[in-house]
Amino acid sequence: MRLFASLLLCCCFTLAWANDSSAPKPDIGKGGQCVKDPQWMRKNHMHLLKHQRDEAVRKGIRDDQISLKNCIECHASIKDDSVIARDDSFCVACHRYEAVKIDCFECHSGTRKTAWLQRNAK
Amino acid sequence: MSDVNSQRRNFLKTSLGAAAVAIAPGMLLFQVAQGKSDGADAKVRWGMLIDTAQCKPGCNDCVTACNKENGLSGGIAVTDSQWIRKIDLKDISTGREISLPMMCQHCENPPCVDVCPTAASFKRPDGIVLVDKHRCIGCRYCMMACPYKARSFVHEPIHDQNPDVPRGKGTVESCTFCVHRLDEGTQPACAEACPNKAILFGNLNDPESEISKKIHSVASIQIRADLQLNTGVHYQGL
Ligand code: SF4
Ligand code: SF4
Repeated sequence: MRLFASLLLCCCFTLAWANDSSAPKPDIGKGGQCVKDPQWMRKNHMHLLKHQRDEAVRKGIRDDQISLKNCIECHASIKDDSVIARDDSFCVACHRYEAVKIDCFECHSGTRKTAWLQRNAK
Repeated sequence: MSDVNSQRRNFLKTSLGAAAVAIAPGMLLFQVAQGKSDGADAKVRWGMLIDTAQCKPGCNDCVTACNKENGLSGGIAVTDSQWIRKIDLKDISTGREISLPMMCQHCENPPCVDVCPTAASFKRPDGIVLVDKHRCIGCRYCMMACPYKARSFVHEPIHDQNPDVPRGKGTVESCTFCVHRLDEGTQPACAEACPNKAILFGNLNDPESEISKKIHSVASIQIRADLQLNTGVHYQGL
């Protein structure tokens, strides 16, 4: 019953977004299997990132899966290898829609590492 | 979060293979092949021994390598970041000239950490002194406190950073011993780049490491040892 209810809710949610023509349509890049289910990520990705950043910077515990770099790996656009370059880039699309400023990329690169390496190989 | 943890634990159980990577004789870095690393090891103390007899005046290769690795502009104006500098010294009574690289000395008792009001400056368990830029408010107390002038403030917005080396305007930064490379099992860029092998990098706490053996057998000093900061960087032939 719970499952049914949540399914129904999900459907409504998707429908609601689908009907709203101004809803963000982010370029999800390669996409694929995320570390958590997408709906959970939409709400909670910032908590994962915040937890992981302290572990990584202060203790050197680097997680292969849960890391900003790994987000960018899957979600940078196929077109320009970035999660922030355009209005419909993966991070920008929703953040703009919700009017939440992203601070991450003041310091972090928004580019896929392989693409960055290619550009800077010399 | 609890389901993340149990999932992660299972994942670790099944797929963890710890690989020992030899990066120098007597120096092993245990690197996790997949999944989550154990983090900085408190039994390790990273350090450097710089042989000034091998360091050539005019050579700038370590500085160039650092700039490239960490995305520094290479400029030397007061507002440009410099993580490592070449210093030329001359003894005026004898005329003897030497040249050496200077960078953050990764003090055991770092004054930069003492003065930081936000705990952004901190020492990792393996002795590397870093700035947590998520916390740094750019007050620059640490720059004033550092006796080695090792830190720089980022004055301008930065673009196209190395994805492994986040840097940004309004924060203080300094040599990280290339912590991102170290955690992957490779040496700092400067040590790797020196054509004369003047920079020996390794674990000071491991009696079998090349650096420990050398420090026990040759005369070396810490710069401004009188301050009793117990620096991780040692100099030979000064
Ligand atoms: S050399 Fe300066 S920046 Fe580095 S640990 Fe010592 S006091 Fe801090
Ligand atoms: S500039 Fe940043 S790291 Fe330095 S003392 Fe101030 S808050 Fe701490």
